[in-house]
Amino acid sequence: MTLALDIDKLTCVRAHRVLFEALSLVLTAGAFVSLQGPNGAGKTSLLRIIAGFLTPAAGIVRIRTETGAILTDGEDRARAVGWLGHQDAVKLQLTVGEQLSFWSKLYGDGAAALAPFGLAPLAEVPGQFLSAGQKRRLALARLTLTKRKLWLLDEPLAALDAAGKVLVAQSVRAHCAAGGIAIAATHEPLGVDGLTLHLGGP
Amino acid sequence: MFSLANPKRFMDASGKVLPWLAVATAVLLTVGLTLALSVPPDYQQGDAVRIMFVHVPAAWVAMMAYGLMALAAAVGLIWRAPLADVAMKTAAPLGAVFTALGLVTGSLWGRPMWGAFWVWDGRLTSFLLLLFLYLGIMALGNAIEDETRAVRASGILAIVGAVNLPIIHFSVRWWTTLHQGESLLRKGGPSIAPVFLWPLAVMALAYTLLFFSLWIVRMRTTILERKAAVLRITGRA
Amino acid sequence: MNALRSLIARDLVLALRAGGGAALALAFFAAVATLVPLGIGPDLKLLARIAAGVLWVAAVLAALLSLDRLFQADFEDGSLDLMALSPLSLEAVALAKIAAHWLSTGLPLTLIAAVLAVAYGLPANGTGALVASLLIGTPAVSAIGGIGAALTLSIRRGGLILPFIVLPLIAPVVIFGSGAVLAVLDGLASGAFLFLAAFSLLAVVLSPFAAAAGVRLNLGS
Repeated sequence: MTLALDIDKLTCVRAHRVLFEALSLVLTAGAFVSLQGPNGAGKTSLLRIIAGFLTPAAGIVRIRTETGAILTDGEDRARAVGWLGHQDAVKLQLTVGEQLSFWSKLYGDGAAALAPFGLAPLAEVPGQFLSAGQKRRLALARLTLTKRKLWLLDEPLAALDAAGKVLVAQSVRAHCAAGGIAIAATHEPLGVDGLTLHLGGP
Repeated sequence: MFSLANPKRFMDASGKVLPWLAVATAVLLTVGLTLALSVPPDYQQGDAVRIMFVHVPAAWVAMMAYGLMALAAAVGLIWRAPLADVAMKTAAPLGAVFTALGLVTGSLWGRPMWGAFWVWDGRLTSFLLLLFLYLGIMALGNAIEDETRAVRASGILAIVGAVNLPIIHFSVRWWTTLHQGESLLRKGGPSIAPVFLWPLAVMALAYTLLFFSLWIVRMRTTILERKAAVLRITGRA
Repeated sequence: MNALRSLIARDLVLALRAGGGAALALAFFAAVATLVPLGIGPDLKLLARIAAGVLWVAAVLAALLSLDRLFQADFEDGSLDLMALSPLSLEAVALAKIAAHWLSTGLPLTLIAAVLAVAYGLPANGTGALVASLLIGTPAVSAIGGIGAALTLSIRRGGLILPFIVLPLIAPVVIFGSGAVLAVLDGLASGAFLFLAAFSLLAVVLSPFAAAAGVRLNLGS
């Protein structure tokens, strides 16, 4: 079995406003979707619905895992997605090494790889001394260590320099090539081939 | 609108019931108060006993309102019913008012009975904590901006409070055993003189109906306000 | 179990390192306990009588004031999202955080209370009873406070509303906790310790569910 995501007639209402209505989308292993649209168009809401945080007003989200299990319940989907929020979830008082070791224990997915993200020299450095770009790298390293196959990325390029952006694109490309799926809400193009989904607007 | 599908039927039904309920409340209140003022004074307490007719029903409604609020909170959380959310949200301030009424009349009653407006009596203290619980539920609901989230959060607090209230009551009773026994619910029948029992029963029923009337009015107002807000935002109902 | 332990350890480290707030709660506790004799007078007989009540109330306030960041800090920087997506259930996350709060606040408060009790002229049997009651009762404060912390995590100025909504709920802890000490001082047999233990157990078992419901609610926004 290969990974698949099936979004079926999804409707999202926030504060009495319909953000999107009857949105349907089927993605299979290797797919990349760039979510675009103005602020407040529902990009983050869509990601949060897929991850099971938010309950849609109508519609169903199904994830078919590589073992063939169909996950429709929000709590089950939550255990299947890899999340990169627009905040970095970096603790100022903990070192880079401590943070990665904590998250790998919490997710129970073995040791974290520091090297590909240029974090090896920073292992002993507390979060408060990291630059915005370094914090993002830490968040990316954490995302890869979770071994989750469906990536949901909220503004992954924010606060990154050119080298960092290349790194994100490379990670996403590698992830999709390995049979994963990635959906990214972005303002600027990620530089990865795939679909573009426009939310909101006229 | 999705969120108003359920309350619509409530608006129709409550619109028909409300006038009758209001009339019944007014009649019962008039009869009850007349009875309360016409019974002979108590041989021990004198005319002060008449405070009982406004105090005991207030205390009863304060507790009943909490139970109904917690029930509405549970229904709202489990079935995500918009009407239950409205019921929960509007019950809290009403319950708080009846609790405050119970406290004020209780302390007015206490002045001739105990010689002080306030004593740290078990039941008064329990009711003070109940008032704080009500106020906390309202404060939490007001502090959260998102409407649905505010109701659900205060609903969780209301349910936690419902589990905790018997324990609070027990602990306060343990803390002080100053109060005269629970006269209405004592074993072997009510110890209260029958001449007082009738006006008390009428007043209890009147207060209960008053609570339901006010509750329905508040629920209707809240639903209409929400409808108006939706109209302003979307331009369609 | 491994995940639960690592979350407790991480929260403990965060509480104990600079800016964590555990030390501040202890200092607050000691300061309040010092202020009361200044307001009442140095009469040791009177102080010994009110010691249990004052130290219990001060301990509860210190614990509650340090609780408002229990979930909020992780909510604001996105960590709570990642915890919700982890294999650990939110109930387990709440339990771990409550445990870490008790280890970093309730437990040290109990130890400091033993020293302060001496300053209040509490006799040895009263001090023993106070320490025992705090040891048994403070987990309930962390647990029920955890519900308040979960419900208020999205409120930016939630610092005052949290104690307000939690205080009526933990009144039994204060009543049984200080009552147990007074009963020992007066040589009375009372079920206070039993009631305290029962309440604490109930609070620790049930609170994670309510707290998790609160967190789930706030993440869905």
